Amino acid sequence: MADHAVSSHSSHSEGEHHGFAHPMPVWQLLAVFFALIVLTILTVYQATFDLGNMELVLSLFIATIKASLVVLFFMHMLYDKPLNAIIFLSSFIFVALFIGFTLMDAHAYQDSVELKQVDSPRSEVVMPGE
Amino acid sequence: MSAEAAIHGEAHGHDDGHGHSPFLAHHFDDAEQQYDSGKLGMWLFLVTEVLFFSGMFCAYALYRSLHPEVWTFASQFLNETLGAFNTGVLLFSSLTMAWGVRCAQLRQHKGLVICLAMTLGCAAIFLGVKAIEYTHKWDLGLLPAGSYESQYLPGMHHSGPSSWLYVLSAIPALCVVGFGIWYGLSLAKGDKQKSEVAGPLLVTALCYFVGVGIGLAFESAEAGEHGDVAHAVAHTDGEHTVDGHAGDAHAAAAGGDEHATEEHGEEHVEEPVADVAASPAFQSEELNKLLASPGETTMVASAAEEAAQVAKPGEATEAEVDQRGGAGLFFSIYYCMTGVHAIHILGGMIVLTWLLVRATKNHFNEEYFGPVDYVGLYWHIVDLIWIYLFPLLYLIK
Amino acid sequence: MSAVPADSARAQQEERENFLVFSKGFLSWALTLDHKRIGLMYLIGVMSAFFLAGILALLIRLELMTPTNTYMNNQTYNQIFTLHGAIMVFLFIIPSVPAALGNFLVPIMLGAKDVAFPRLNLCSFYLWVSGAIFFLAAMFYTGLDTGWTFYTPYSTTTQGPVVAATLGVFILGFSSIFTGLNFIVTINTMRPPGMSWFKMPLFLWATYATSIIQVLATPVLGITVLLLAAERLMHIGIFDPEYNGDPVTYQHFFWFYSHPAVYIMILPGMGIISELMSVHSHKSIFGYRFIAYSSIAIALFGFLVWGHHMFTSGMADVTTIIFSALTFTVSIPSAIKVFNWLATMYKGTVQLNTPMLYALSFIFLFTIGGLTGLWLGALSTDRVLHDTYFVVAHFHYVMVGGTLVGFLGGVFHWWPKMTGKMFSELWGKVSCALVFIGFNLTFLPQFVLGSRGMPRRYAQYVPEFQELHVISSIGAFILGIGLFVALGVVIHSLMRGRKAPPNPWGGATLEWQCSSPPPYYNFATPPRVNDPYDYTPLEYRDAERGWEYVHPPTTDTPATEPEPART
Ligand SMILES: [Cu+2]
Repeated sequence: MADHAVSSHSSHSEGEHHGFAHPMPVWQLLAVFFALIVLTILTVYQATFDLGNMELVLSLFIATIKASLVVLFFMHMLYDKPLNAIIFLSSFIFVALFIGFTLMDAHAYQDSVELKQVDSPRSEVVMPGE
Repeated sequence: MSAEAAIHGEAHGHDDGHGHSPFLAHHFDDAEQQYDSGKLGMWLFLVTEVLFFSGMFCAYALYRSLHPEVWTFASQFLNETLGAFNTGVLLFSSLTMAWGVRCAQLRQHKGLVICLAMTLGCAAIFLGVKAIEYTHKWDLGLLPAGSYESQYLPGMHHSGPSSWLYVLSAIPALCVVGFGIWYGLSLAKGDKQKSEVAGPLLVTALCYFVGVGIGLAFESAEAGEHGDVAHAVAHTDGEHTVDGHAGDAHAAAAGGDEHATEEHGEEHVEEPVADVAASPAFQSEELNKLLASPGETTMVASAAEEAAQVAKPGEATEAEVDQRGGAGLFFSIYYCMTGVHAIHILGGMIVLTWLLVRATKNHFNEEYFGPVDYVGLYWHIVDLIWIYLFPLLYLIK
Repeated sequence: MSAVPADSARAQQEERENFLVFSKGFLSWALTLDHKRIGLMYLIGVMSAFFLAGILALLIRLELMTPTNTYMNNQTYNQIFTLHGAIMVFLFIIPSVPAALGNFLVPIMLGAKDVAFPRLNLCSFYLWVSGAIFFLAAMFYTGLDTGWTFYTPYSTTTQGPVVAATLGVFILGFSSIFTGLNFIVTINTMRPPGMSWFKMPLFLWATYATSIIQVLATPVLGITVLLLAAERLMHIGIFDPEYNGDPVTYQHFFWFYSHPAVYIMILPGMGIISELMSVHSHKSIFGYRFIAYSSIAIALFGFLVWGHHMFTSGMADVTTIIFSALTFTVSIPSAIKVFNWLATMYKGTVQLNTPMLYALSFIFLFTIGGLTGLWLGALSTDRVLHDTYFVVAHFHYVMVGGTLVGFLGGVFHWWPKMTGKMFSELWGKVSCALVFIGFNLTFLPQFVLGSRGMPRRYAQYVPEFQELHVISSIGAFILGIGLFVALGVVIHSLMRGRKAPPNPWGGATLEWQCSSPPPYYNFATPPRVNDPYDYTPLEYRDAERGWEYVHPPTTDTPATEPEPART
């Protein structure tokens, strides 16, 4: 209660009668939605070109823009308490740490690893539909 | 003593003392504190979701970075159109969810019920499309590493209709019947609240079949154009047309392929496929034909083996990539990621149903809209994960 | 005492309203949302798990009395040590302090009525119970022999019930996540007026840091065991070299959780020690901010060092060097804590009662455990010591010498508060002495064994190791007796113990301001929030055999809660 008392009534745009609620304006919701659809079309279109390594970077970049739109507006983070934003965003630091170290290590010892050939059908495995 | 007792008495009365909202828990001072606590808790839960998925993203990043060519090869078996369509569906459901939160805050009860119903419907469409994608792949032998069937090894494909689609559709079908009866009964009784719940749920269950229909339409449209694997083969060896492949395949299959699927395959190719899927009530016979396409592709695939042998040395052909192994890993990761995501959709549908029931009872207002908001956050993160899954799985070139 | 009738009336009211007896019947416990009852149920649960796993440990030590197989074959031995490790880690150590003591203490220390999400809290308890049943049934059914770490590729090929056990771990993980989430929200949003972050008791800081790890790390364990289960059921191949997967990746996944989990185990113990040191020395804690920050630092650094479990697993050289270097940094915040505890005792009025003796044992044993960790974090020595008894001794010094001893200290310290009964000081001290002697006798020889090359996880060994093994086994039985004495002490106190005063030790944190045991609503009026380590206003009363405030500290909190303004 120490925290919430201080920060109450800090994020208002649509009048006081809603208390601590902050309803998103409809136009904003629709604008974000159409932006997301346009970006989806863009990323599909982008995938028709052979861009080499840039392809991954570009598609992740577009995905991140989309994700930011969802987080900021649909998830209301733009108007939320900073603590919530910090908590959520800091989780990605740990994801980066996890994936980064694991990948770094796996690539460093990869010389000693070889792919196994697919030699014969594995008959003992039950397949769906049988 | 009396003063002491009075204080205690007040403390006891605290539980139901404030009496402002029936949903204010006794250990909170006011609605805002309760809302803030719930919101913080939900964000923390989303953090756990992010880290939960990070394990699979880690596996993805690891194996893709180690064997990019395997991923390029395997990714083309995914149907881009369906992926894009499902992305749109989820984005729309996110919109309706966010709108629902707004409705709850503004006491627009009707609007809230509509928004929740639309969100549920989108979720069901998503799952219907997913069911088609899954069953189609299962038939092609595009399975997790342990059961993955090399697309270039002859004689290990099985054709015939997939019974899996029926299995997957059993529960939605039961839901249609159940919710339909419930809806009818509540209408007959004139129970408005019950029918407000049963109606959207009935629509949701039907939406699954809409998803299945759309999935079939797109999947077969794709197959009609060039066929998944035929498409792959065209990459290997540009000279062959699809027809040429089919011809080769016949020759190759004549030797050892015990699956007699020629008739199916030919009929399938000749028939305008769009018709099959366009018919709203797809009959099982047509479904069978559609699902028989693996037979056709099998033969195309075995032809590719020959094609692979004449490919340029030094550059790995797709057949080689496939047989070198690892393509199964792509599908392992594909199934893990999309499967866990689908489970999250299912979980979301359960909580959305709970919200729907409460919305019809007019529980939410500008002081108490937390549950809608929290479920909304959850729903958006499910969407958010799909926003990344779509390009990472479907759009690899 | 002028108002005797008032006092007796209040005593009667306390008797009637204390959380233990306020409502009766099985369901009033099974469906309770009261954090104190849930804490007690956890306490009983984790203690049962502990004694079960402890008996398994004694079976292991009995087998190791001789160099050859005596009454177990090798396969049984594998299953027993797996059971011992898995039960201890997943069912006891991880939930012990946070879920049992934390549940009881966190809201009371905050002056709150309950945790933020009482239903989630109860749900978390039942997840623990169902996870435990799942886990135990799976393991007793055919016996799991993978060790508690479930390393691939062995875990994907063994006949044991790996899937069931991993699903049990998955469920237990959720229990842990929900507890952590609940505490973070509670501490963030439910602190009373006047309690800023740096006026919180250090136990809450430690719990907060622990909760951060629980929320951030446990999901990764969840996905790891889920993928492992999928590996066994469908051969997804991610961890299986048979399908071009990479088993070292499994270890990365597993230790990304399980190293931070070591801090889930030890941090709450450290929090307990911070409280005990200050209260039983009757001296303000030395370096409050350093201890608070070091808790958070340990929690965050803990995520950077998981690779030190994999130095010999085929990791690349460059990664081993990075992880080794990072591992040493974790020792800094740990050392900060130890120095501050020692400084707290300096010139304090140290009372060597049972909780304090356990706290002192903790410092001694944890220091040994921590320092031997440095040898294992150094690449060159780890090459030799990896997978030997040196490792076994090291982590037992941390987990048993640290967490278990800290947990026991905490249980004795808050036992009067939880149950309203005092325990026998004499026998409490006896139990502490037996635990301390028995523990060192068990595990000091294992350092020697390990450095001489005795590998872990073997039922047989070369005869020249027998002497040390016998000493170790004798120590284990003394330790076992000590723990049974401790159990006897608390059970005896329940039946025969004298009534506990509200503040038997002279603590200044908020839980000592309500009666023992607390009423179901915790505080009739919002408690006075003051410096949690300021003992000057407290004075010992012989009549009550407890401490009271002589000069009630002035407070800016109004006596009754103001009605929040409404529009
Ligand atoms: Cu470690």
